[in-house]
Amino acid sequence: MGQYVVRRLLQMVPVFIGATLLIFLMVNVMGDPVAGLCGDRQCDPATAAQLRKEFGLDKPVWQQYLTYMGNVFTGDFGTAFNGQEVTELMSTAFPVTMRLTIVAIVFEVVIGITLGVVTGLRRGHPVDSGVLLLTLVVISVPTFVTGLLLQLLLGVEWGWIRPSVSTAAPFDELLLPGLVLATVSLAYVTRLTRTSIAENRRSDYVRTAIAKGLPRHRVVTRHLLRNSLIPVVTFIGADIGFLMGGAIVTERIFNIHGVGYQLYQGILRQNTQTVVGFVTVLVLVFLLCNLVVDLLYAVLDPRIRYA
Amino acid sequence: MRGATHAGRAACAVVVALAATACGGGGGSTADGAAVFSSSWTDPQNPLEPANTNEVQGGKVLSMIFRGLKQYDPKTGEAKDMLAERIETPDSQNYTVTLKKGWTFSDGEKVTARSFVDAWNYGASLRNNQKNAYFFSYIQGYDKVHPAKGEQSAETMSGLKVVDDRTFTVRLTQKFSSFPDTLGYNAFVPLPRAFFDDHAGWLAKPVGNGPYAVDAYTKGSEMRLTRWGAYPGEDAARNDGVTLKVYTDNNTAYTDLMAGNLDLVDDVPAQQLGNVRGDLGDRYLNTPAGIIQTLAFPHYDKDWNKPGSAKVRKGLSRAIDREQITRTIFQGTRTPATDWTSPVLGAQGGYKKGLCGQWCEYDAAAAKKLIKEGGGLPGGQVKITYNADTGSHKLWVDAVCNSINNALDDDRACVGNPIGTFADFRSKSTTQKLSGPFRAGWQMDYPLPQNFLQPLYYTNASSNDGKWSNQEFDKLVDRANAETDVAKAVETFQRAEEVVRDNMAAIPLWYQNGSAGWSERLSNVALNPFSVPVYDQIKVG
Amino acid sequence: MPDQPFPSEGAIAGSGAGGAMNLAAGEAATLDRPPSGLPGGPESTGPEGAAPSAASAERPRSLWSDAWRDLRRNPVFVVSALIILFLLFISLWPSAIASGSPLKCDLAKAQQGSAPGHPFGYDGQGCDVYTRTVYGARTSVMVGVCATLGVAVLGSVLGALAGFFGGLWDSFLSRITDIFFAIPVVLGGLVLLSVVTSNSVWPVIGFIVLLGWPQISRIARGAVITARQNDYVQAARALGASNSRVLLRHIAPNAVAPVIVVATIALGTYIALEATLSYLGVGLKPPSVSWGIDISAASPYIRNAPHALLWPSGALALTVLAFIMLGDAVRDALDPKLR
Repeated sequence: MGQYVVRRLLQMVPVFIGATLLIFLMVNVMGDPVAGLCGDRQCDPATAAQLRKEFGLDKPVWQQYLTYMGNVFTGDFGTAFNGQEVTELMSTAFPVTMRLTIVAIVFEVVIGITLGVVTGLRRGHPVDSGVLLLTLVVISVPTFVTGLLLQLLLGVEWGWIRPSVSTAAPFDELLLPGLVLATVSLAYVTRLTRTSIAENRRSDYVRTAIAKGLPRHRVVTRHLLRNSLIPVVTFIGADIGFLMGGAIVTERIFNIHGVGYQLYQGILRQNTQTVVGFVTVLVLVFLLCNLVVDLLYAVLDPRIRYA
Repeated sequence: MRGATHAGRAACAVVVALAATACGGGGGSTADGAAVFSSSWTDPQNPLEPANTNEVQGGKVLSMIFRGLKQYDPKTGEAKDMLAERIETPDSQNYTVTLKKGWTFSDGEKVTARSFVDAWNYGASLRNNQKNAYFFSYIQGYDKVHPAKGEQSAETMSGLKVVDDRTFTVRLTQKFSSFPDTLGYNAFVPLPRAFFDDHAGWLAKPVGNGPYAVDAYTKGSEMRLTRWGAYPGEDAARNDGVTLKVYTDNNTAYTDLMAGNLDLVDDVPAQQLGNVRGDLGDRYLNTPAGIIQTLAFPHYDKDWNKPGSAKVRKGLSRAIDREQITRTIFQGTRTPATDWTSPVLGAQGGYKKGLCGQWCEYDAAAAKKLIKEGGGLPGGQVKITYNADTGSHKLWVDAVCNSINNALDDDRACVGNPIGTFADFRSKSTTQKLSGPFRAGWQMDYPLPQNFLQPLYYTNASSNDGKWSNQEFDKLVDRANAETDVAKAVETFQRAEEVVRDNMAAIPLWYQNGSAGWSERLSNVALNPFSVPVYDQIKVG
Repeated sequence: MPDQPFPSEGAIAGSGAGGAMNLAAGEAATLDRPPSGLPGGPESTGPEGAAPSAASAERPRSLWSDAWRDLRRNPVFVVSALIILFLLFISLWPSAIASGSPLKCDLAKAQQGSAPGHPFGYDGQGCDVYTRTVYGARTSVMVGVCATLGVAVLGSVLGALAGFFGGLWDSFLSRITDIFFAIPVVLGGLVLLSVVTSNSVWPVIGFIVLLGWPQISRIARGAVITARQNDYVQAARALGASNSRVLLRHIAPNAVAPVIVVATIALGTYIALEATLSYLGVGLKPPSVSWGIDISAASPYIRNAPHALLWPSGALALTVLAFIMLGDAVRDALDPKLR
């Protein structure tokens, strides 16, 4: 087990290098960022050249990459175009997004798995159809519509919540954005759990457990659920990374200044330093989530062993 | 059944949680009772140095914490003396500036002639990467501190000389009679020593000489400004302070305004314009601003630079139903353009209503005929290029295309061509990569006709992305700049503008208005010609 | 379980034909008894292909014929199949039920409600919502179906290989998955699609497949790891079955359910993703017509002209519903455990 974890940690090195290189190249492919810095006016050539020099854009790409990686290993993630250190941006953005992700994941786990279990145990029942319908609405209406609608209803019409999130972004203000962010994943988790439960409830170990005379909730939670969770856990594990980096729309609607916001700004302004820095950290988050998910497999299904 | 009960419990928990937020959230932004209000803002793209700020959002802050030699009147746009006691010139080329007494920065330092000269030299110097450096390019010695190529060979411009504490002289490289009127622009403000001595500290909390002082600045989220009690000017703030809150999306700002979390929105999203009257009643303002939207053409492309091209462009212009688009899409917050400047200049200042004449009037039959006479659309289709990341450009480009298609009876005569990012759009348009018309917006730097014409249409000018070049136009602009008589200068500029019209160098679309909505707590809200709220005049409560 | 297929015959028969679709075809397998694969029979068809395999329904007592008999009687299947057929029909011949041009717009009618001949009203640009919804079907269905197929095939093959072989294979494939997973969709879209000048749907589909496969791959890998531990797999191995046989005939059938679930939901999200890409200016370029484009254009006007949002969203919901129900029905019909 320990050996397995060490091996996985070592594997992160090539992935880390591969991902950063890929992102670095992608941002570079987008072209010259300097043209966008001077508004609707052309930068005068001298200033443009000076800016390129300062951001290191006048060097060949491979050299830029090496310099960048060298700096990263000393903890210097560079400077954004507005003069802020990227590490400073990260230290404000990541905690906010982390809280938002936690809220979303809690919604996914609590609501998604509950609905999945209920519908899986009651296939064809009105409850099942009702949830299916709900799932459909969630999937077919894009997040920006759900978000805007809920914001308008809860924030303005009924005045239940603040329509936007304050700078501090405490947990209670993030409930609605978290729910909106979780909606599509919720649909996945519900359907995945439902299918898994429906499939496993006829398996021998469940019959055995029922035959043993175990109480029903014990059968469901200890036997059925535990074995049905592998695809769900896989999904949620991957979703954590996805939610952290993919909350661009939700963060925009609710004015949350998190990772999605910074990443989007970085991409729009073609700011290599910001984009590569944030994505690098996201890659690390992905890798750790995957490791945890793989270890969870072994917990959920005792037959799986890692050596 | 057990499962259902669990689900029920979970749902309850969610409802309770939401209700709890309801209790915790909401409420206005003024708990302390002071006459402080909040206003929407966008994170400035560049560090907040005066000569490095080239967009409205940074300019907003500068206009609150700085005062320059001149100040544009919020209503008329006229350049009035602010710190300048007088600006004199015998020949429109050598200027002597005398400062008023009694001005200080909010940290107590006196504003002297040095404060200006140092600031301007800093702004012009290539080393400092100031994006508005070219504003100083009329001053003698600019080419030494900011050469087009290579290293700079001087630290300061030879055309600037400090005479005494309150006097300095400026020598220009050419005659420029309206030079004093340009001095109200943010790039020309004075800077305190703190700016040079502790630059990082200054950027974290800028210090200036305006009616407000920065109290706290959290980059990327908000800036708190408070009234500067000892402000020596006449336009002291009538409120206790302003909190600028950063919004990523102006829709959210508008929603916050409706929910009572925000007091002032100075950029009402186009999609909400239809609801404004119902949502805000008369707490809404829609006034002309010095912004014009045009369609520029790639004159470097031989398809658009043929004998009949001007006719095709005129035909396209006549195929655009400006009246209907501004009414339906923009709910009257844009006005159909009839010249290439802006109504905020005023009739005496150079705006001439109807200068475009019939060429800007919608007439489908005439449009069809003109395009046919001009040899038809190059390739049978025009693609209007725009950037999709900012503004609601897709909305009006689609409407313009539909209008052209309807006029020409061809569903595919015109299509929009979105480009993902502003940077990419700019880099394509400034390097002549576009082969069809593209969106061009111009927000004036100072209210002079020169500013609407020279940067956009003069041969190789900084914003002449279509590379239009016309000797007659260039000659007329040069002559107008040297003209000392204002009326004559304006007339000459208008003759130059007629050259633009006759060639239809760019199709004028509409003048953009500034719009603002505010909460019940505020009164006396106004926008200046740059579409920035006149913060110091706003009253709270 | 009276409908249980015959266990013995053809247990090893039916050579393990290659091709990813076998993953889905192999779904017919029961827990420990591989299907009585009819020679040259349905291995080459996917779950949606179950319907065309009606020919084999003539033969009694095969799993496929059972499934087909089940499906025919299942109203859920019939309804969803009819909806999908209808969608395919209007995708191919939109002019059959909409006479106007989707590009004919009159700004004077912007945001107006329904009028005679224009049952769905007009959108913000004054285009007829009905015509645009009908014409949008082709692009949207194409993006949804092709992208989902691509993602499902690529993702399940790579995921299954990683989960089945484990070790170095797993490490290598999983880490590649990680890298692709980490690319922000917006960045990928702005970079990869901004260089494309064509306004066909293929670049968009290709892009979705490129960034979408890791999701399925993860799920497939997890499911295969679970299935690999099962006794019947050990048994098959002990009997000397080859790797490909074990994977295709024993593991894949039992690992495919989560893939189907995620894929049918993903179909809807891909159509919506096309909307997001168009919104960012890198998706389909005008004059393309799609539900996604219309949904993103109509959503800001939700307070003034909700009908312009309602119809394309409704069409999208109906499409997703049809595919989810179809996937569900086919999966159930082929799963003897649920009989």
